Amino acid sequence: MIVLSDYLILSAIVFCIGLAGIFINRTNIIMLLMCVELILAAVNTNFIAFSYFGSDIAGQIFVFFILTVAAAEVAIGLAILTLVYRNRGSIDVDVTNSLKG
Amino acid sequence: MEFTSMLFYVFAFCFIGSAVLMVTSRNTIKAAMFLILSFFSVASLWLLLEAEFLAITLILVYVGAVMVLFLFVIKMLDIDKSTVRAKFTKYLPLGIVVSVVVISQMALVLNVGQFDLDNSMGPVRQAADFSNISQLANDLYTLYVYPFELAAVLLLTAIIAAITLVHRNESRSKRQNIAEQVNVQAGDRVRLVSASSNKSKESK
Repeated sequence: MIVLSDYLILSAIVFCIGLAGIFINRTNIIMLLMCVELILAAVNTNFIAFSYFGSDIAGQIFVFFILTVAAAEVAIGLAILTLVYRNRGSIDVDVTNSLKG
Repeated sequence: MEFTSMLFYVFAFCFIGSAVLMVTSRNTIKAAMFLILSFFSVASLWLLLEAEFLAITLILVYVGAVMVLFLFVIKMLDIDKSTVRAKFTKYLPLGIVVSVVVISQMALVLNVGQFDLDNSMGPVRQAADFSNISQLANDLYTLYVYPFELAAVLLLTAIIAAITLVHRNESRSKRQNIAEQVNVQAGDRVRLVSASSNKSKESK
């Protein structure tokens, strides 16, 4: 029988994989965005598991809004990424250092 | 083992495995493909949790739109793989340390005995004709109608921001120039051309 903590542990593991991915692929902005998506999927699983085991629909509605915000974030993030590439010729994070004092 | 438990373990294994492969993949296209696989597995997990609408939305919106956008951008930008590859192992120890710390903190919190999560909550099994979508819509259009409208405004903002950011220059846009329109002369609009319709007949 699958209980609530199984889902919580699963999403904690995937959250940490996504977090480690941000550190590992620190130089590639596209990989950073994809790791953020992975983290969001893990967190959304938490919400839906609580919604199911607590018999409350509010968790699913929250996931709905998180999906909306994440879609907006990806659209703007990829637009900024395109601009960075156009201006710098690279999407390496280390190249975008013109704000460094 | 119960059939749904077996399904949970299969999908959880797919989810974790594809997440690990995505994070460690050096090819960005492969990473995007593994992210799609992990989205499919997590959507299956959501189906097990009786969140049918969100599972289908995840596949339609994420795999159908967001990941295609990712792939489009990856193919559009010519990414130098060698620089990415050289710095790959540099931050690996830091990543492992941070994730071990976070996972041990979460293991402390999620320890079943301390909060008694499993005994306090139990899923209420719905009937076979129960509609997840209608339940979601009932709450979304009554209790959460203002956040719903805010989400619509947020998406509009995202559209405008994305278009404004990547729009290259003014010369390609179709915006009207008022001064040019006011100052136009008849000679600019009408051009008289001497037509030569019967020439080909006369030349015979």
